[in-house]
Amino acid sequence: MNIHEYQAKQLFERFGIATPKGGPAEAPEQAEAVAVSLHTSNLVIKAQIHAGGRGKGTFLNGFRGGVHLCSSPAEVRAVAEKMLGQTLVTHQTGPAGKIVRKVLVAESVEIAHEHYLAILTDRATGAPVVVASTEGGVEIEKVAEEYPEKIIREPVHPLAGLQPYQALKIANELGFGGNQLKAASKLMNNLFKLFIALDCSLVEINPLVVTKKGEVLALDAKFNFDDNALFRHPEIVAMRDTEEEDAREVEASKYGLNYIGLDGNIACLVNGAGLAMATMDIIKYAGGEPANFLDVGGGASEEQVTEAFKILVSDKNVRAILVNIFGGIMRCDVIAQGIINAVKAVSLPVPLVVRLEGTNVERGKQLLAESKLPIQTASDLAEAARLAVSAAKAA
Amino acid sequence: MSILVNKQTRLLVQGITGSSGAFHARGCAEYGTNVVAGVTPGKGGQKFDDKVPVFDTVHEARRETGCNATMIFVPAPFAADAILEAADAGVELIVCITEGIPVNDMMRVKDVLKDKSNRLIGPNCPGIITPGECKIGIMPGYIHKPGTVGVISRSGTLTYEAVWQLTQRGYGQSTCIGIGGDPINGTSHLDAVKMFAADPGTEALILIGEIGGTAEEEAAAWIKDNYKKPVCGFIAGATAPPGRRMGHAGAIVAGGKGTAAGKIEALRAAGIAVAETPASIGETLIGVIKG
Repeated sequence: MNIHEYQAKQLFERFGIATPKGGPAEAPEQAEAVAVSLHTSNLVIKAQIHAGGRGKGTFLNGFRGGVHLCSSPAEVRAVAEKMLGQTLVTHQTGPAGKIVRKVLVAESVEIAHEHYLAILTDRATGAPVVVASTEGGVEIEKVAEEYPEKIIREPVHPLAGLQPYQALKIANELGFGGNQLKAASKLMNNLFKLFIALDCSLVEINPLVVTKKGEVLALDAKFNFDDNALFRHPEIVAMRDTEEEDAREVEASKYGLNYIGLDGNIACLVNGAGLAMATMDIIKYAGGEPANFLDVGGGASEEQVTEAFKILVSDKNVRAILVNIFGGIMRCDVIAQGIINAVKAVSLPVPLVVRLEGTNVERGKQLLAESKLPIQTASDLAEAARLAVSAAKAA
Repeated sequence: MSILVNKQTRLLVQGITGSSGAFHARGCAEYGTNVVAGVTPGKGGQKFDDKVPVFDTVHEARRETGCNATMIFVPAPFAADAILEAADAGVELIVCITEGIPVNDMMRVKDVLKDKSNRLIGPNCPGIITPGECKIGIMPGYIHKPGTVGVISRSGTLTYEAVWQLTQRGYGQSTCIGIGGDPINGTSHLDAVKMFAADPGTEALILIGEIGGTAEEEAAAWIKDNYKKPVCGFIAGATAPPGRRMGHAGAIVAGGKGTAAGKIEALRAAGIAVAETPASIGETLIGVIKG
């Protein structure tokens, strides 16, 4: 789950992490009011979408740039009028772009230096790790590749948490001294509290800036939340903006289906995440391109299978569908009946290849054959992939 | 021979009165597993299916029945506590089937367990089976066959796929272990490889991995220096887009790390035969066995 920049800012404020003053706005006059409340002529207005590259993006109405420096509330209002309700295209949004529904209006700060600071879960050790660098404002992967010695890694004990001396040590290694040392280490301690309290898997501040006035501030942030822990954070779930997500994925999540849209033309429906990934792989190996990842889980109901088919056929790129089920606890005859009912419910516009294996497989195949529906059955996974690829090419 | 579970295993089921727990407790018992106890707080004193005693706590179940393994079906918000309870009661083998446990909870569990001798398998896993002797988990028993191939996997149905390919071709399994799809788990690929290496009844290995993390690479490095028997590997997720969680919480390519290509290269560098597709895992291993 992703959140907007203004929401990240709200979370930072809640945990006492210093960020430039500012707030969100949904209308030009509201943007102006936020600007007035900041009592400064150094202002910045930023379009709020879930994609990077906003500064260099272009609106479909011709207006250039999703981030603008302004010197008065009136100017903020004028820029907000050109952004709100308009579609912004960046290198991450694809040509369709994203509609800007909110802007963030904030005090713009003069940057003296940009650092990098992140806390994430280290899988190898099963514990959190703080990653920091004096080289902020750029992609950390590039820094790690070119200057590995400039990456500081401080492991954190999973039960004891980040200790004050560790935060001081990192701040010192980043070159902070005096009041800035205290400010930076306090920010790190609060960031760790936030990381644990909100069940983050990653929280990244890039850049962590030192302003010309000497303040240490979190200028931009990226959050990844642990989906497994969202049940205990309704306030985070409430930040979800489904307008920013793939409509098919939003629909799938309503029915407890695990769906990820891709660019190919062979849709697949599989039980189990590992087998679903492997099915995508074998489609590619057979010369096709998967249109999606879809794991219906171990105990999918007939309703879920029907909804899954609806989502698959709603993708206009799809030229064939491959169903791959290894029925373990799920019985193949039950699954076959679910497929038959689903196909009847959605009036299938493309060829369907079904591969069933496992419990009651013969009865399942018999049901498919008796249904007289245009379903091709495959005896194994390799054959299923070949059939789906040739069906998609013929379509 | 086998690893971790056999005819001597005495199984406890935590969450035995829930719908999944009850269903799979029966499935395990029908396969021949010795299910000796269940735990559901507040339901102590009852009998499950008129024969298996239910206790309020794992300590009590352990004391009364001498259970030496547990299968956990407790819902995700409470599952970490169930693991810690089993560990504290001294249950030697803890198999956690539950999916969706918060990562922070598992970090704490992992830290507590590191000073203990209990072995945790999972969470978010299909379980472990020694064909013909003992099944702890949700896998369909009949696709397995007693034999000498050890199978290690992060995934459920993909494992069934590989096992079924072996069984159909007449190759049985010593033990099949599903280590789970979460980023933090109790038993790694490497831990499982080392146990199979110490088992004289295991003559070959199948190692099924997927994108995310570096567990497969670590296992491969150890195999290169220490394991001379036939090994076949498969890595799922070559076509997965970076930055997206592919169902399993652990299956994500992040920051250019954990790619299928990198893992396949590591397996090959260790002399492991890598199956090109999920349909050829069985054939690839048999090819290596036959030389």
